[in-house]
Amino acid sequence: MDTYSLLREFADSWMLLSLFLFFAMVVLWVFRPGARRTYQETAGIPFRHEDRPAAASAPAEAQAGKDLPK
Amino acid sequence: MANAIKLVALGLVALFAAIAANYARDLAYMVNALVIMLVASVMFVITLRKTDEDPVTRDLSSEYMDDVVRYGVIATAFWGVVGFLVGVFIAFQLAFPVLNFEWAQGLLNFGRIRPLHTSAVIFAFGGNALLCTSFYVVQRTSAARLWGGNLAWFVFWGYNLFIVLAALSYVLGGSQSKEYAEPEWYVDLWLTIVWVAYLAVFLGTIIKRKEPHIYVANWFFLSFIVTVAMLHVVNNLVIPVSIFGSKSVQVFAGVQDAMTQWWYGHNAVGFFLTAGFLGMMYYFIPKQAEKPVYSYKLSIIHFWALIFLYIWAGPHHLHYTALPDWASTLGMVFSVILWMPSWGGMINGLMTLSGAWDKLRTDPVIRMMVIAVGFYGMSTFEGPMMSIKAVNSLSHYTDWTIGHVHSGALGWNGMITFGALYFLVPKLWNREKLYSLSMVSWHFWLATIGIVLYAASMWVTGIMEGLMWREVDANGFLVNSFADTVAAKFPMYVVRGLGGVMYLAGALIMCANLWLTVRKAPAVQTANGLVPAE
Repeated sequence: MDTYSLLREFADSWMLLSLFLFFAMVVLWVFRPGARRTYQETAGIPFRHEDRPAAASAPAEAQAGKDLPK
Repeated sequence: MANAIKLVALGLVALFAAIAANYARDLAYMVNALVIMLVASVMFVITLRKTDEDPVTRDLSSEYMDDVVRYGVIATAFWGVVGFLVGVFIAFQLAFPVLNFEWAQGLLNFGRIRPLHTSAVIFAFGGNALLCTSFYVVQRTSAARLWGGNLAWFVFWGYNLFIVLAALSYVLGGSQSKEYAEPEWYVDLWLTIVWVAYLAVFLGTIIKRKEPHIYVANWFFLSFIVTVAMLHVVNNLVIPVSIFGSKSVQVFAGVQDAMTQWWYGHNAVGFFLTAGFLGMMYYFIPKQAEKPVYSYKLSIIHFWALIFLYIWAGPHHLHYTALPDWASTLGMVFSVILWMPSWGGMINGLMTLSGAWDKLRTDPVIRMMVIAVGFYGMSTFEGPMMSIKAVNSLSHYTDWTIGHVHSGALGWNGMITFGALYFLVPKLWNREKLYSLSMVSWHFWLATIGIVLYAASMWVTGIMEGLMWREVDANGFLVNSFADTVAAKFPMYVVRGLGGVMYLAGALIMCANLWLTVRKAPAVQTANGLVPAE
């Protein structure tokens, strides 16, 4: 079989399936238990370090999520 | 030592550029070589003068690198006005062909400056906007200074050198005739180097981040940088005819070349003008609304759906051509599916304002961002519709396509960039607020009405043109000649030009407002990490 046909056959079978499954896994992963809290913290990132970088040694204030605007 | 190596390298570049200019086989190449010689010589002198100075070794890791962002903001505003101005001029060239001046034939006629317009707005205005916002956003959301020291400066100046080289080359006839990929091989090589440096700076900053998670805006920026690198390299696989000339031969030929070009072209829209600007949306809208994004889960699904779908949509540019039917059907189907993640993203942006809708009345900046997302939704509905073969048989090759592109570019890319600039300038120059909100309102309404005039006139003229082309009489003969359609389009062309004038006027008001903000608005009285410009 020539390269084109081989790649073409692979692309519209196994590759298609694996890409689709990867995407389906992403969607399931997003709705995993406990995701809500994680994502609330992540969504608050833009509101934390407006003026200067985090100090080198200080643990990220992120963990508490206390700076999240209500 | 480092300076000595730099001096040798710059000297060699200047020398080779001089040789290249001497042996140049065409004008575009010669002028570009002279520009490179000039740039290398000036940098040589600057480096030489600094050689004896002790390098500053102050620890900067507790400050953000904002001066490069400031330069990026200025470059964005400047190139925006240039790009819009050229656009208005070529719009009137189409309405009044006499503007293709006889004395400037071969330099300033429509065919030469149309790519100047598209590249100026997409790559110069949009590209600088992406550079400076991505540098700003990645630092704030990683809580870290840009990685790589002065590499960010190399990216900024290198990218703008690329723009100058490309622009000069187009006007003088150096173009490989691929839409949105016109620059010749040596300009492409330069952009590749700059782009790899850009990726290194961006990725380096993400790697040394202090936040545990990578914020979604950075995902969009990163996908934009990586994908554009891939698209740019594959679509520009060429063999130069001579090292001293701009002409080159494409590696792909025929329909393969066409498919590669539109794989590139559509994903330039998808990743340069969509993913990158979505990165802006996911940072600046929450900041301006002072609320986190509506649904972070939706933003992740939005990201992956966009990545998986966009890359397939290119063939819809080649309906009813030599491209096999299955490929164009594939492109059509993926384009229609793409409607869903696009609207998911739009809903996510708009709903971020839920509970803060009153800000739309009081804050013209957020109004600008919201209408940008609105236009994003509108053009991502129009696009899938136009990709359906039956619709495309009417719309293809007509002005409807141009109208569609501009509702996306002026409405979505332009407006979100203006919103970001209005947000950034007071922050970057340490000002309490913008000089004038009513000037922002003027900009908003001029730009919005301008887009409406543009899009509406192009719908009318595009559909009219499509219907006139396919009209046949009782005996099966075509009723209209091509020149008939050109004559019929005249009034709409004038309306389109006026829309462009309004959009340009709005941008000029913005520049004045931003200038006055830096000069006149009261400064913030705090001791934060920002360094004033003066």
